[in-house]
Amino acid sequence: MTFLHYLRALLGIVKRELFRFVHQRERFVSALVRPLLWLFIFAAGFRSTLGVAIIPPYETYILYEVYITPGLVAMIQLFNGMQSSLSMVYDREMGSMRILLVSPLPRWFLLICKLLAGTLVSVLQAYAFLAVAWFYGIQAPPEGYLGLIPALLLTGLMLGSLGLLLSSFIKQLENFAGVMNFVIFPMFFLSTALYPAWKIQESSELLYRLALYNPFSQAVELIRFALYGKFASDPAIYVTIALLIFLAAAIVGYNPSKGMMQRKAGP
Amino acid sequence: MTRAYPLAFLSLLTYGLSIPATADTVYVTLEKDNALAVMDGTSGKLVKTIKIGKRPRGIALGKDAKQLYVAASDSNTIQVIDTASLKIVGKLPSDEDPETFALNPAGSTMYVSNEDDNRVTVIDIAQQKAIKQIPVGVEPEGIAVSLDGRWVVSTSETTNMAHWIDSRSLEIVDNTLVDPRPRYATFTADSQQLWVSSEIAGSVTVIDANTRQTVKSITFKIPGVTQEKIQPVGIKIDPQRHYAYVALGPANRVAVVDAKSLEVVDYWLVGQRVWNLEFSPDLKRLYTTNGISNDVSIVDLENRKVLKSVAVGQNPWGVAVKP
Repeated sequence: MTFLHYLRALLGIVKRELFRFVHQRERFVSALVRPLLWLFIFAAGFRSTLGVAIIPPYETYILYEVYITPGLVAMIQLFNGMQSSLSMVYDREMGSMRILLVSPLPRWFLLICKLLAGTLVSVLQAYAFLAVAWFYGIQAPPEGYLGLIPALLLTGLMLGSLGLLLSSFIKQLENFAGVMNFVIFPMFFLSTALYPAWKIQESSELLYRLALYNPFSQAVELIRFALYGKFASDPAIYVTIALLIFLAAAIVGYNPSKGMMQRKAGP
Repeated sequence: MTRAYPLAFLSLLTYGLSIPATADTVYVTLEKDNALAVMDGTSGKLVKTIKIGKRPRGIALGKDAKQLYVAASDSNTIQVIDTASLKIVGKLPSDEDPETFALNPAGSTMYVSNEDDNRVTVIDIAQQKAIKQIPVGVEPEGIAVSLDGRWVVSTSETTNMAHWIDSRSLEIVDNTLVDPRPRYATFTADSQQLWVSSEIAGSVTVIDANTRQTVKSITFKIPGVTQEKIQPVGIKIDPQRHYAYVALGPANRVAVVDAKSLEVVDYWLVGQRVWNLEFSPDLKRLYTTNGISNDVSIVDLENRKVLKSVAVGQNPWGVAVKP
């Protein structure tokens, strides 16, 4: 097994994922429309609610739509991560996963390739959304758009590996509704994506704690600071640790001898 | 020879870095702290705060920027502050409760609104003497001098009028009715128009200085902000008359008005109860005093963006900027 083998597998998987992204126009459109609905409709109703405090990394008062933009970028990645986990389940049901798994390359490597491919797609989606937001008047400093790339790669990998981990538990496509209910909604609503931490603290100390420990919040904050050309070290560390835990668990989950697949395959 | 290039480049780079951008010194009166905040406008850092008279409000620099005048309303005087030493070096006899004042273009005469006494006090600055008191409408507040030196205009909050005072005879020669509760008045640089903000009406009245007739009453509408929160106060118009900027008080916005078509083109979110405005001398920035959020917002006029808001002290009211 040479380096070239690994590279070929990586490129192959990334290419397939990008193809899927380009060809499934509906998926791209829906990935873009979802955050835009939040931005144009939801945020418009709350425009002035935040004009009372300056929250870092912002240096002045901001409108609500400016506040939720990083949260919506993270939401794109969250949905994308869950969607690629859905596609894993689909691949497994349809049998196309077998083609992948007969490769002589180690399974953990194939999983990481899949993860990278999904993350790249989410980065493209995020920039498409930010481009629309830019024309809507939500403009970050130019260096922010550059500094956002590593942040998006890290958060995308973390949320993607969470999706991978979940997909190792899900046996059937129909169970995806459960993922919506029990993973996406709680993670999104119990985070700093829609409201700043101090606002949550005003209503409940417990919810505030939960929101802080929510890895999605940390991803949102990492993206928020990066978009304004600033590096947030604590969220970066937190997201990295979460990534390592989710990824390790997913690799174990996909291991045929130890993982969930074996047990699920059942009698 | 080739080695010298990187060095030359490096020195060029450091030379480039060592040139400071025009450093503005921003003076802000703090109504509740009885103090004056001094801020570096370029970095947005508070440099120092000095204690001055009681309830300081109106503020302006003298002609050569060596002296700063501050209306200390509850001390019933105009204080003169040396901008180099930041020491109070004198006072001017403004009579009771001076709130705002204006200087003539030569910087030799000061016109002060005495809100409680319904008068405008005219002071000869060199002699430190009040030379006349002109009776005007009830609760005079806004005061403006045209750059051609012809007019002094005082607006009275309760009478809802702009009183046109001839600067030579110091007599009122005409009155223009404006929208309810006029707050602030300013002339365009060409002295052709007078702009008056009306707090209760939520409007700005633009008046032709030759006919003293209203040209237009500009109104404001901000999505998500109730109409009664729109209370215009401070107005600044750039000398080329491209844009006018209007502080909208509790609406927490500065309105950008096309000064030729008199249409509102944009609203910028700044701190709470934005009260007065001032340009940087190079006209690249605008400073706003935000009375309730206790800060000054710095606006980048080139990129049309609010850069930052800097905490300065309790109830920032007036602002003056020295190059």
